[in-house]
Amino acid sequence: MTEDLRQYKQVTCTINGKERTAMVDVRASLTDMLRNEYRLTSVKKGCEVGECGACTVLIDGEAFDSCIYLAIWADGKNIITLEGLEGPNGELSDIQQAFIDETAIQCGFCTPGFILTAKEVLDSGKLYTDDELRKLLSGHLCRCTGYENIFRAVKKTMYKRLGKKYKE
Amino acid sequence: MYDIKAIYEAKSVEHAVQLRMEHPEAVIIAGGSDVLIKIREGRLAGCELISIYGLDEMRGIRKEEDGTIRIGSLTSFSHIHADPLIQKHISVLGDAVNMVGGPQIRAIGTIGGNTCNGVTSADSASTLFAYDAVLEITGPEGVRLCPISEFYLGPGKVDLREGELETAVLIRKESYSGYKGCYLKYGMRNAMEIATTGCSVNVKLSQDKKVLKDLRIAYGVAGPVPRRAKVTEDAVRGSEVSPETRARIGELVLEDVNPRDSWRAAKDFRLHLCSTMAMRAFTQAVRKAGGEIDD
Repeated sequence: MTEDLRQYKQVTCTINGKERTAMVDVRASLTDMLRNEYRLTSVKKGCEVGECGACTVLIDGEAFDSCIYLAIWADGKNIITLEGLEGPNGELSDIQQAFIDETAIQCGFCTPGFILTAKEVLDSGKLYTDDELRKLLSGHLCRCTGYENIFRAVKKTMYKRLGKKYKE
Repeated sequence: MYDIKAIYEAKSVEHAVQLRMEHPEAVIIAGGSDVLIKIREGRLAGCELISIYGLDEMRGIRKEEDGTIRIGSLTSFSHIHADPLIQKHISVLGDAVNMVGGPQIRAIGTIGGNTCNGVTSADSASTLFAYDAVLEITGPEGVRLCPISEFYLGPGKVDLREGELETAVLIRKESYSGYKGCYLKYGMRNAMEIATTGCSVNVKLSQDKKVLKDLRIAYGVAGPVPRRAKVTEDAVRGSEVSPETRARIGELVLEDVNPRDSWRAAKDFRLHLCSTMAMRAFTQAVRKAGGEIDD
């Protein structure tokens, strides 16, 4: 069989800091690969058409919907899922703790995606206005409609990281 | 898992052309934010794909010696928005692509995919029309250049021939130098929305900022494909910058557009949008260019 028609392809990428290799079905999405090959079930299957953001992961530092990203494209990429935010002794990161403190979690399905987009936003080290922040978070749907608390968790963490005082 | 019959991964532009010749039925996949969704919906289920996503040579923005801005067709919307050359010379294009979908869609969506889909609602299309963009198309006979105004053949149909793929979007210096523009998008939501109508206007003012030396008006969703408002442009070029000229633009554009009724919006509402958006975008473009105009 010619190389083009093989149904499986070897994909090597860095996932949460470790280099991993798997034989992947060429028809798989990155969501399929992360959940089925690596049991990273924080990557949620929501709409599977790139609308809800529940499957968001960071690829080379940028947030992508992994449901509309082919697994074979991940070869050579650096991928971070929610599991990658855990500290060496299981500590939560500041943004995760902020979600808890602000009760920004109800059913929890949208949470991993929101937190990864928030990580990209916060890691930029910039101070955003409320409108900019809303736009940056706009690729996620929370069907519990807990947006205010989510917004506040991200905003408070942004202020904290930049050493600024947060005003309600 | 996607319903894909086979996927051929291009290793270079030449290889992509070769794959296009070998598999004429196969669909090109760039970022996939349209193609994969069509597969999921069943409209493209069971298709063969030629993936060009891995071709980094088709990414990035640079200024060529003659001042032409060259945008590789695989450059993502988020990279175009953040690019210093775009911000400096064609900031309206950066603004327009920053209105596509949501942040994750802008990370994967490409300007080449946006144009090659041939849809009238593409957020980048009206601004590319307004800047007389030229598409670099690579095929078995080499490279040819196609003005974007000739590229769209009908809804979903573009002038890509056997073995060809779009490799870059070019904007010439004479098209952007001295021009300031504004893109407005009307939709029901602020994110994850397809434009009900989109309007991109740019102007070039005289030294004293009183006379309209040139203006260009382009629309998405004002007809089956993106289009320019040539009648209006010819009629008001050379007029003074004034609310009267703006009102004339608002009236004249109705002769240039041909929107339809759809479940998204009625024809008469779209006509109202075409007129109002042209006037508002014109006002903002004039102000960006340093001119003064009352509301």
